[in-house]
Amino acid sequence: MLYREVGEFKTSYAQDSQTFPIRFDRYRYYFVIIVGLLFIPFVINDYWANAVFLPFLIYAIAALGLNILTGYCGQVSLGTGGFMAVGAYASYKLMTAFPDLNIFFVIILSGFVTALVGTLFGLPSLRIKGFYLAVATLAAQFFLIWLFNKVGWFYNYSATGMITSPSRSVGSFFITGSESTPAAKYLFCFLFVFLLAWVARNLTRGKIGRSWMAIRDMDIAAEIIGVNPLIAKLSAFAISSFYVGVAGALFFSVYLGAVEPTEAFSIQKSFIVLFMVIIGGLGSIFGSFAGAAFMVLMPVALKNLLVLQFGWSVDIAAHFEFIIIGGLIIFFLIVEPHGLAQLWNLLKQKLRIWPFPY
Amino acid sequence: MNFKKTIFSALATLFLVSPVLAELVFPSLSYRTGPYGPNGIPFADGYEDYFTLLNERDGGLGGEPIRVVKCETAYNTEKGVECYESTKGEGSLVYQPLSTGITYQLIPKSAADSIPILSSGYGRTSGRNGKVFKWVFNFPGTYWDAASIATKHAMDMSGGSLEGKKIALVYHNSAYGKEPIRTLEALSEKHKFELSLLPVDHPGQEQKSQWLQIRRERPDYIFMWGWGVMNSVAIQEAANIRFPMENFIGVWWSGSENDVLPAGDAAHGYKSLAMHAPGDNFPVYDDMRKFVIDKGLGAGDGSNVGTVLYSRGMYAAIMATEAAKTAQKIHGVSKITPTMMRDGLENLEMSEEKMAAIGIAGFSPTFKATCENHGGQGSAAIQQWDAKKGTWSFITEYMNSDASVIEPLILADSAQYAAENNIKERCN
Amino acid sequence: MSADFLYTIEVILNGLMAGVLYSLVALGFVLIFKASGIFNYAQGVMALFAALTLVGLQEGRVPFAHLINAVFGTKVHHFDWTLPAIAAIIFTILVMVLFAVLVEKLILKHLVNQEPIILFMATIGLAYFMEGFGDLMWGSDVKTLNVGIPQGGSLWFEDFTIGWAAEGEKFYGMYVDLLDVWAAIIAISLVLFLTVFSQYTKSGRALRAVADDHQAALSVGISLRVIWVLVWSISGFVALVAGMMWGAKSGVQFSLSLIALKALPVLMLGGFTSIPGAIVGGLIIGAGEKLFEFFMAPIIGGATENWFAYVLALLFLVFRPQGLFGEKIIERV
Repeated sequence: MLYREVGEFKTSYAQDSQTFPIRFDRYRYYFVIIVGLLFIPFVINDYWANAVFLPFLIYAIAALGLNILTGYCGQVSLGTGGFMAVGAYASYKLMTAFPDLNIFFVIILSGFVTALVGTLFGLPSLRIKGFYLAVATLAAQFFLIWLFNKVGWFYNYSATGMITSPSRSVGSFFITGSESTPAAKYLFCFLFVFLLAWVARNLTRGKIGRSWMAIRDMDIAAEIIGVNPLIAKLSAFAISSFYVGVAGALFFSVYLGAVEPTEAFSIQKSFIVLFMVIIGGLGSIFGSFAGAAFMVLMPVALKNLLVLQFGWSVDIAAHFEFIIIGGLIIFFLIVEPHGLAQLWNLLKQKLRIWPFPY
Repeated sequence: MNFKKTIFSALATLFLVSPVLAELVFPSLSYRTGPYGPNGIPFADGYEDYFTLLNERDGGLGGEPIRVVKCETAYNTEKGVECYESTKGEGSLVYQPLSTGITYQLIPKSAADSIPILSSGYGRTSGRNGKVFKWVFNFPGTYWDAASIATKHAMDMSGGSLEGKKIALVYHNSAYGKEPIRTLEALSEKHKFELSLLPVDHPGQEQKSQWLQIRRERPDYIFMWGWGVMNSVAIQEAANIRFPMENFIGVWWSGSENDVLPAGDAAHGYKSLAMHAPGDNFPVYDDMRKFVIDKGLGAGDGSNVGTVLYSRGMYAAIMATEAAKTAQKIHGVSKITPTMMRDGLENLEMSEEKMAAIGIAGFSPTFKATCENHGGQGSAAIQQWDAKKGTWSFITEYMNSDASVIEPLILADSAQYAAENNIKERCN
Repeated sequence: MSADFLYTIEVILNGLMAGVLYSLVALGFVLIFKASGIFNYAQGVMALFAALTLVGLQEGRVPFAHLINAVFGTKVHHFDWTLPAIAAIIFTILVMVLFAVLVEKLILKHLVNQEPIILFMATIGLAYFMEGFGDLMWGSDVKTLNVGIPQGGSLWFEDFTIGWAAEGEKFYGMYVDLLDVWAAIIAISLVLFLTVFSQYTKSGRALRAVADDHQAALSVGISLRVIWVLVWSISGFVALVAGMMWGAKSGVQFSLSLIALKALPVLMLGGFTSIPGAIVGGLIIGAGEKLFEFFMAPIIGGATENWFAYVLALLFLVFRPQGLFGEKIIERV
């Protein structure tokens, strides 16, 4: 009833090609932004920030990045954990080497450093494809982690190889360190998510995004119609790594505050971000958010339900968490192999003609 | 946990706001799943059972019932953070995460929230310096104490001098395993032994290269900083190359039944450090069986009672509850807050009389915490595995670490932390 | 001969045998990939599950004991019987066949003709499920596995080789682990068995037909679903063997599922579709990573094995993008 395009008259090209052509969608989007900016920061507490919102927002950035590479450009990567580590260590080195540099620029610069490294490890993609490439990116994953664990320069020769983020602030609001407030951390990450999602949306519908999709659908055909695979693939690797690097930097400095590479950025991270992208929906911005929400919120929600509500013992609940999440992954794939984003689209199609489907 | 009760409690929590009870809350951040689950289970069982024992036998602490809030971390830092945030609001008195990684996370967070951390024998070694780390405690000993004591034992075995000897350190390639390196380097300069470092990657199932190297280099002693499957594989490999087991010394986290049993008879003679006595030959275990296990109130199935890691968990709980008692005494109230708990930890004294009263006479070293010293005297003993009897037994008295080497290292590390985080020294 | 030279040989020898163990895990991947185009991420967890089941049956543990105790307040943990190793192995194989049937019925049937990445994802879901299920069923404590495979260094070989070095060199004889030798023998016989099976039996031929062309195989009346059950059972069996070998070494526990990571570079190098490739790839990776560690550890520090295997495989791939023995990738526009 509310959700339909009838009665909306587009009078310019810009109006016609906007992201949310339906008025209801647009309002919903504004609503989410307003709630995110003006409501949540005032009610957020430590638990909601550290257990729900920060991981969700940060993983959403990583998933956006990997979706650019895997969903739009078709290059499967399992090096996400390694690239997140690059972002984290770059931000640590920048924070300690230039104490006066604003944390905002630290994060952005860490993204650029990661983009550089990502491009380098993207080079084999010009020759290797499919699962072979996926496994080849594992080389990046393992090598980078080994490097950060091994070379003392990266962790300023601390006794354990653990890096700890120093206190940094924007204006008088502390973003990192022990004095930071949940609202400040949340808003900082929200800002990044908003900016990066906006950029991703516009990149993927522009020339470069179309060249990625051409490569994804059939790289030889794309080459024949004039898409340069070198530029398309490497740009996808660079931009994807930029996102992943930003996510890694935020993950370390804002969310956890102290990490060791072998645990925080292990191969498990790479897999989790890939799950997010596939469950959410390949080649969909919304899908990145949905996937991140599923993988971050599901375990927390299950734990709270099983342990706090049902009073199950924690270990049985933990086993059931695995069983339920695994079962749900399979269930969703069987119901809709193209991810939550596709389910969402189907729902919207149904809504458009509701309540008179004929 | 029966399902009828489950449904009722679910309904109850939906409709009622649970009343705030006067009780002392001890969170148990356990890991009963994941790659390190086999070690996390007995520790968590011991930790949780001791609180049950106090509730059943004494009605809690100083008249206040104890409530244990459980949360599963799976040895994962992100889950650890979630657990910390979800349990801190319940009035948690002290955190003992049993993970060096999670401890590092919690150090700044808990200082901001004013909740103490007790990381007995793990975590950040320089947390011992109470001048800088107001909220961190790690008695009865630290990794650096362990490195020093292991070296001391090696020195005793080779007749008082290590000059010209070779010591190899096999370590878990993570923050935890790297902890002793700096101390051992300092010690190798002091005692003129040669140190070789052999990192093993998580999880540590494949160690052939490391042990071939050991076989070629023939070190006189091997120290091990391992955890989980790495321990049992290392002991098996050491037996395979017929390395003399009595020269193979693990840290206290590499000395449980889980580590030696898979290697069978081959593990006979393997040594490890210990911060408390092995076996269940203490009165507290009789009470534990009588009041907890036999009544079916145990956290586990009872098969772990008396194992090294179970005792370790119980010991962690003992130190926490003794600190709580001390806090109750200092402040004269039975319902203590985390801040009072911190005072209790800082003034905790484990004397022979106190231990005898709890039923653990001679179980662990005596120590006294002070404002400057949050790590006790840094003592540990050496225990040895007897594969035929299937028991660990002490072969030395409790020894103290070499403070002249460790103190400067701790001061340097904590000074760096203080500088990075603008912390002013206390206790002056 | 100089000691350094002999040590190099020793390292290669041990590397080759470690490689055979990697191949064993990789074989399971290859079988399933060939027959159904699925990259089976759950292979490592299958090895864990098989080994857990084996130990559980052997020791007469009660499945789901923990859950049963928690729900009904009972105190069950062991039945009062134990099984001999061989009987337990046979029952475990039956369990793995049942598992294969269930996987086909509940998952694969519904995902026919999906893209490879979707199928890959489904196996990840399966891995999650099995991880929780296996632990819930058998408990997550360390279990000692003893199926009678000898273990420990071979004294005979050590004595045999100790005289090879020149006088005055520091050489202590060559070291081989008996378990590794047995694993190698078992792996080789397994490969022989699989080769004979796929060459000379009817279902083996059907298997190869499916691997060559699904459509064509269907059209001559081969049932895809039966074939899938068959390959999942066989790779369940391979997982059991791998789980047994690794479990005998380190005890059966959760970490066993991580051995899948050791098989991935082997797959890359050997090609996803080739059984000989898995073997040769395993040997190259095993020897390569041990040699690299031997020569480079003193210079750049140890623990290089994890990444070196991947970098080695990557280098091979740059020259042969389909792996050493993989089928040539032919692309048509």
